[in-house]
Amino acid sequence: MIQQLEMSNKTNDKIAALVDYFSTADEQDKPFVIAMFTGKKPRRPVTTALIKEWAIELSAVPAWLFAESYHSVGDLSETIALVLPPPRYTSDRKLHEWINELAALNGKDDAAKKEYILKAWDSLDTQERFIFNKLISGNFRIGVSNKMLVNAISKQSDTESNKIMHSIMGKWKPEEITYQELIAGAHVNTDNSWPYPFCLAYALESEPLSLGEPAAWQAEWKWDGIRGQIVKRNGELFIWSRGEELVTDQFPELHFLQNDLPDGTVLDGEILSVKDGNVQAFSILQQRLNRKTINKSQLNDAPIGFFTYDLLEYQGRDLRGETMAERRRLLEVIMSGLGNKDVAILSPVITFSDWDELAEIRKGSRENNSEGIMLKKLDSLYHSGRKRGDWWKWKINPYTVDTVMIYAQKGSGRRANFFTDYTFAVRDGEHLITIAKAYSGLTDKEIKEVDSFVKKNAIEKFGPVRTVKPELVFEIAFEGIAESKRHKAGLALRFPRIARWRKDKKAAEINTLDDLRQLLASTL
Amino acid sequence: MALITFTNKGIYCKQGDFYIDPWRPVDLAVTTHGHADHVKWGNKAYLCHDLTKPILNQRLGADLTIQTLPYNEELSINGVKVSLFPAGHVIGSSQIRLEYKGEICVISGDYKVEYDGISTEFEPVKCHTFVSESTFGLPIYKWLPQDIVFQQIRDWVSDNHDKLKTSVLVAYSLGKAQRLIKNLAGDVPIYVHNSIANLNEGFIRAGVDLPETIRITPELKKEELQKGIVIVPPALADGKWMKSLQSAATGVCSGWMQVRASRRWRSADAGFALSDHADWPGLLSAIKATEAEKVFVTHGFVSTFSKYLNEIGIASEEVVTRYGNEEEEEKEILTKEA
Repeated sequence: MIQQLEMSNKTNDKIAALVDYFSTADEQDKPFVIAMFTGKKPRRPVTTALIKEWAIELSAVPAWLFAESYHSVGDLSETIALVLPPPRYTSDRKLHEWINELAALNGKDDAAKKEYILKAWDSLDTQERFIFNKLISGNFRIGVSNKMLVNAISKQSDTESNKIMHSIMGKWKPEEITYQELIAGAHVNTDNSWPYPFCLAYALESEPLSLGEPAAWQAEWKWDGIRGQIVKRNGELFIWSRGEELVTDQFPELHFLQNDLPDGTVLDGEILSVKDGNVQAFSILQQRLNRKTINKSQLNDAPIGFFTYDLLEYQGRDLRGETMAERRRLLEVIMSGLGNKDVAILSPVITFSDWDELAEIRKGSRENNSEGIMLKKLDSLYHSGRKRGDWWKWKINPYTVDTVMIYAQKGSGRRANFFTDYTFAVRDGEHLITIAKAYSGLTDKEIKEVDSFVKKNAIEKFGPVRTVKPELVFEIAFEGIAESKRHKAGLALRFPRIARWRKDKKAAEINTLDDLRQLLASTL
Repeated sequence: MALITFTNKGIYCKQGDFYIDPWRPVDLAVTTHGHADHVKWGNKAYLCHDLTKPILNQRLGADLTIQTLPYNEELSINGVKVSLFPAGHVIGSSQIRLEYKGEICVISGDYKVEYDGISTEFEPVKCHTFVSESTFGLPIYKWLPQDIVFQQIRDWVSDNHDKLKTSVLVAYSLGKAQRLIKNLAGDVPIYVHNSIANLNEGFIRAGVDLPETIRITPELKKEELQKGIVIVPPALADGKWMKSLQSAATGVCSGWMQVRASRRWRSADAGFALSDHADWPGLLSAIKATEAEKVFVTHGFVSTFSKYLNEIGIASEEVVTRYGNEEEEEKEILTKEA
C-alpha cells in the first residue's frame, strides 16, 4: 500500500489506494495502520541515537559520511534504509506482528534490542526498512493527512467523515479495537461532536468605500491564530480546528468551558495565545501547535485563550440562518454567563462612523497583534465556506526590505536536493550584515534557478551551508521589527518571507541597516 | 610534468596539445561522449568513438571535422598515445587513455560499471592518474540489478494499462532512452519523441542493433499511445503535449529517484532508480581497479567523495569542471531542435 501511496502525487489516487487497502488488508492490521497514520505512537522502544549508531556500524561508513548522506536525503529513517548493506534474508511478518514485537522490546537490554533490529534489517528490502524504521520512531507521516485518511475510511465504509474524524481522534488502542468498532465509533459518542462548516472571508483588495454604508457593517480585529469551533453538547466538549481536526486535548486551558457553557452551544472564533487578556504574537502560539503532550513551561510561556466572534448553535438550535446582528446579540448573552472572562473572550466590535476613521484605526492593528480588520455584513447569514460579498478581511500590508542573498542551504523532505533555505543581508557601510532567513515564497521553477546559481557561485562551504556571491536581490516581506541582542544586526524581523525575486535590481541597490533602524524607531 | 592540467577551457594535455571535453572552443577536442555537458559546438576538430560521431553530427551539425577511433586502438598525437576504452555510460561513451613516456592517465568522462544491454560494457584500465565523476558519490546510492528495475517498470506499465492510463517514461534522449527501448521492447509498442527518434535513426544507420520504435507525430491518435509505452525527454515532462494526454501516468527513470524527496520533487507518479552513472560501490570498484596513484574527482558530490577516497588511502583531489548538468543542457538542445 505504501508503494501505491508513493506511486501517486494526486490526492484522489492516494485516497483510492487507501480505500483499496482498507477493503483488502488483514483485519488485525487495519487499526494499527490507522494508529500509525494519525500519529498514535507506542512508546519508542529504541532511541534514535542507538539506531543511528548501529546503522553506521553495520554499513561501515564513517560518521561524517553518514551525516552528509542524511543532509542529502533529509530523512533519518530513509537514510538508514539506503546506507545499510543489501538484506540476506526475507520476511513475511504482518504489520501488527512487527508492531507487537517492537513493543515487546521495551524493558529489554540494549544487546537484545540490537540483535533484534539488526536481524530485522537483514530481512527487509529498502522500502520495508524505511517503514520499519518509521515504526520505531513513530513519526509516520508520508504525505497522508488525517483528513485524507478520514475521507478514505469514510468512503470505504460509507460513513459520514465527521463521525470518522471524531472516532479516530478519540481514545482507543489498536490492539483492543477492531476496524468495524472503530468506524462505528463504539468507544465515543459521535453524535455529540459534529461541527459546522466554517464561513470564510475573501480578502478586500480595494478600499472599503466600495462596500457602501458603514452602518451596514460590523468591524472586528482580524486575529492571527487558529480558527476554531467549540462544541458543547450533552455534557461533552469538543474543539475543532479549521482543518476539521479535533484538537480538544491540545488546549487544556479551554476545558473549563465543559462546565461553563450550556449544552447545545457552538462557538466560532480564534484560538490564540492570550496573556492577561492580551493577544500574544503568533510565534508564541506556535509553541503550542501540533504537540501530543504539553508540559508546564509551555503552559506558562504560551497560555491559550479563545476569542469568539460568532455563535452557530444556541440552546441546541442551528443559528446559521439568523443574521450576524442576531447571532452577535445571542453570543453576548452566552458570554456574559461565563464565570471566567480572561480565557474565553468576546472578540470586541470596533465602533466607527465612517471608512476613513476605520482606516485610521486599522493602522494600529499591529499594536494588539492583529493582522487588520474583518468586515461582516450585519444582515448576512452564516455561509458554508467562502462566499463573496458578506465577509471581508482587510489586512494591513506587510513591511518590505530589499536584501541580497549571502548563504544558501539545502532544504529537507521534498526539497532535500535543492538549495532552498536562504540567508539575506542588508548593507551596513562597506559590509553586508545578515538580517533574515527565509525558505518560502518562491515557485519550484525559481527555486531551481536559484539552486543552479548557488551551485555555480558557491564561494565557501561550512557543512551543508554555502556562501554565495552576493548578487541575487530579494524583496523580503515581514510583519514586524524588534530589537534583538541575539542577532548581529541588533534587530530581528518577524515572519520574514520572500515577497519576490527582484531580478531588476542590483546588489548595490539594496536597503541599509540604517533604513531598518529608522523603521524600528518609528514603531516604538 | 603532469600529463593533464585543469584549465578554464577544460582538461588540457600539454604534451599532445589537445583538450578532453573542453567547454570553450579549442583546436582539438577529444570527446568522451555525446551528452551536451561534455561536448560543445565550435571546436576546429573532434576525436571520438565511431558511435559518438552520429550523435555529434545530429546535435552540433553535419559539417564538423571528426576523426573517429574504435575501442582499444592507439593513435599518436604529438607523441602522446591516445586510445579509447568503453565507459559503459551511453552508446559510444569512452574513457580516454593517454600515455606519454610511460606515464598513463585515464579520463573517464561519465561511466557506469553495470552492463546495460546496449552500451559497450565498462572496462577498467590500469593507470597512474584517473579522473572520475562523482554524480552519485554517496553511500545511499546503490542500484538494484537492472533486471529487477525493468521488471518494476513492466509491472507499472501493465498496472497503468489495467487502469486505462498511458504510461509515459521520462528519460534522457541520449542513453537512457535507448537503454529502455532495448530492454523493454517486445511486449508492447514503444512510442518516442522526435529528439529520441532522430538519434535512434542515426544509431541504426551506424549499425547499432536497436529495436523498432514509433515516432510520435501529431497525427498519431492519443488512444493508440495508451496501448504502449511513451518515452519523452525530461524537458518535455511538464510540457503542453503531456497535458494534452488524457490520464497519463509519468515514470521518471533516473538515479535520483532512489530518494523519496526527489521523487516527490519531480511530481512524477512513479520513480525508477535507473542510472547511467556508477553507484557508490561502482565508483569505488572502478577506481580501485585502475590502481591509480592519484584520483581527480569531478562533477557530483566532489568534496565528500574525494574526502572519503583520501580516508581509505587513495590520494585524491577535487576539481572544478563544467560537467554534470545533463538535464539543463539537454533542455537547451531540445529548444534548438524544436
